[in-house]
Amino acid sequence: MAIVQILLFPGLLFLALYATLLEFFDRKVYARLQNRKGPPWYQPIADFIKLLGKETIIPDDANRALFLALPVIALTAVSTAFLSVPIWGTEAVMSFPGDMIVVLVLLTLIPLCFFAAGWNSSSMFSTIGAQRILTQLFAYEVPLLMAIMGPALMTGSWSLSEIAAFYAANPLLALLNIPGFVVGILAAQGKLERVPFDTPEAETEIVAGALTEYSGRPYALFHLAVDMELVVLPAIFAAVFIPIFVPNPILGFGLFILKTLVILFILTAIRASMARVRVEQMVRFCWTILMPLALVHLLINLIAKGLIA
Amino acid sequence: MAKVEIPIGPQHPALKEPENFVLSLDGERIVGAAVNLGYNHRGVEKGCEGRNYTQCLYLIERVCGICSHSHSTSFSKAVEELAGIEVPRRAHWIRSLVGELERLHSHMLWLGVAGHELGFDTLFMLSWRDRELVLDLLAKITGNRVNYGANKLGGVRSDIDDKVTEEIRVVIKKFSEAVKYYIEVVTTEPTLAARMLGVGKLSHEDAVTFGAAGPVARAANVDRDVRRDDPYAAYDEIPFDVITDDHADVFGRAIVRAKEMAVSCEIILYIIDNIPDGELITKIPRKIPEGEVFSRYEAPRGEDVHFIKSNGSDKPERVKVRAPTSANAASIALMLQDNYLADAPIIIAAIDPCFSCTDRSIALIDHSSGREGMLDWRALRQYSVDWYKNQGISFDDLSKSLSKRM
Repeated sequence: MAIVQILLFPGLLFLALYATLLEFFDRKVYARLQNRKGPPWYQPIADFIKLLGKETIIPDDANRALFLALPVIALTAVSTAFLSVPIWGTEAVMSFPGDMIVVLVLLTLIPLCFFAAGWNSSSMFSTIGAQRILTQLFAYEVPLLMAIMGPALMTGSWSLSEIAAFYAANPLLALLNIPGFVVGILAAQGKLERVPFDTPEAETEIVAGALTEYSGRPYALFHLAVDMELVVLPAIFAAVFIPIFVPNPILGFGLFILKTLVILFILTAIRASMARVRVEQMVRFCWTILMPLALVHLLINLIAKGLIA
Repeated sequence: MAKVEIPIGPQHPALKEPENFVLSLDGERIVGAAVNLGYNHRGVEKGCEGRNYTQCLYLIERVCGICSHSHSTSFSKAVEELAGIEVPRRAHWIRSLVGELERLHSHMLWLGVAGHELGFDTLFMLSWRDRELVLDLLAKITGNRVNYGANKLGGVRSDIDDKVTEEIRVVIKKFSEAVKYYIEVVTTEPTLAARMLGVGKLSHEDAVTFGAAGPVARAANVDRDVRRDDPYAAYDEIPFDVITDDHADVFGRAIVRAKEMAVSCEIILYIIDNIPDGELITKIPRKIPEGEVFSRYEAPRGEDVHFIKSNGSDKPERVKVRAPTSANAASIALMLQDNYLADAPIIIAAIDPCFSCTDRSIALIDHSSGREGMLDWRALRQYSVDWYKNQGISFDDLSKSLSKRM
């Protein structure tokens, strides 16, 4: 049973398919906001299949094994993280005390994979892209962690499933998490490398950033990993910040889809309505605005917990 | 960190035309920049010397795809001056009308490109959607969306009737609403302001020293506009404001362009209300009297200059085109200095570059000795044949079979 859950549902296969669906949703909404028609629903899948058939070119100076292994590591990290995120109810497939930390660490692995990929490619554009990825990582990672820490402190648990269960029982307490939600959404834009924080892959500056030298199958896998991140982050936010759960698994699953789509819509709307900021502006924004906001969020939760107790 | 040299171009996603900028970086900061022009030389000037004046007009119109009317008006203005003929007043007004419509779509195009360079693709998509209004209008008036061919030597080719006038009024009213919205977006959107304010500074003094033209100069408070300073077409009869700004950076250039669109809308509405009746064309002799003429025109990108030397035949002896970008290209290296790599695309885009219009010459420099030289046609041909042979491509058989047939 566990193997089915890991490989088919809600594991790898479902995650991959839902990731392509979310990419389609993202692109379609983005296009409609720009008064364009947008791609058909199968476009991300078609892209993926086509990329699989393309030639893989590896730079002479790059370490071959590392070049090919990095996309797989990224993909593994993100799909493993997904297993500990609650989907149809408040209980995840693999929930254990402290899974929140594991999920966040696994998600941090992805930017590190990108960084290593860019650095290993040894091209000018990818090296600069890699530097920017690390710079951004130091800026958004702490606010993102603190945004999720607030609910964790309130619940007194390091497990995403237990946090979800706690808010399912006390939905009104989730109102305290609004600052955390804002911080989380903005930090997620940085983590997902989307406008306004998409400097690591700024097309008009450094071509495709860290992934400039990637092509064919490794690129397809990297792309899929990014799409999966697009599922996992909204799924975490849905579990932690949106305290609406139903006991029925099928309805709960529908609710999960709805919640992730709503969060993705917010992310896409931000992407469509802003310009890209410079990397040093991004760092300043994260430390001077997101960080204090995240601290306030923690403080509110601590005080509220004290009052309740 | 050690200094890195990063090439932008000749092939780069930020550039729409092949040019090369070599940036020396210290981390993300640009400490030195070199501008290399000359990837897109097309020999337009040389081509003009072998054609008669009417044929030249077609060639000159194709110097630029965006400001085609600027070049053709500047050229025909010069030829008319040499021939000493008077262009009908209505023709002047129609030239101004098409010129202002061209300014509208050119500035709107720039706004979109600027948005794209800054990663604001929504601005890009929406402004290009609205640009279509003007392009369709130009197609209504002249038959073409670009390269309108509105000019003839001695006048214009196309007239506007009441129906078209009414359509222009409706569309321009709609367009000026859009312009108001874009002015608001450019001036109030925080991420746009963060990326444009203080970026690519070009002080008033430097703008004058380096001979910057058009919106780049006007954004540095250099109050220059050929339409007002040396009126041509109908501009001596049309009241309008010259927009200047003292930000002297990319933000200023964006504001100047956005506000100029509003001014152009007013000019167009004034033109269709006050256009005089009359002939469209004066006959022009086939052979143009001997002489030299220097013609200036305020293209959307700045002052466009044409020089024509005539030897009394039906072909010009020398045609020289100085597109506005070559006036502004000199200051790019200065503007790039001390900015971030991330700002390089928008700084380059902020002069609204049109490189293929600019490229006039190729310098032949020997890499080892640094000597400059010249090649005549035969040597140039031999060089290309040898170059391809070195690459393993030979045209020997082909040229033999061709010469047999001829």
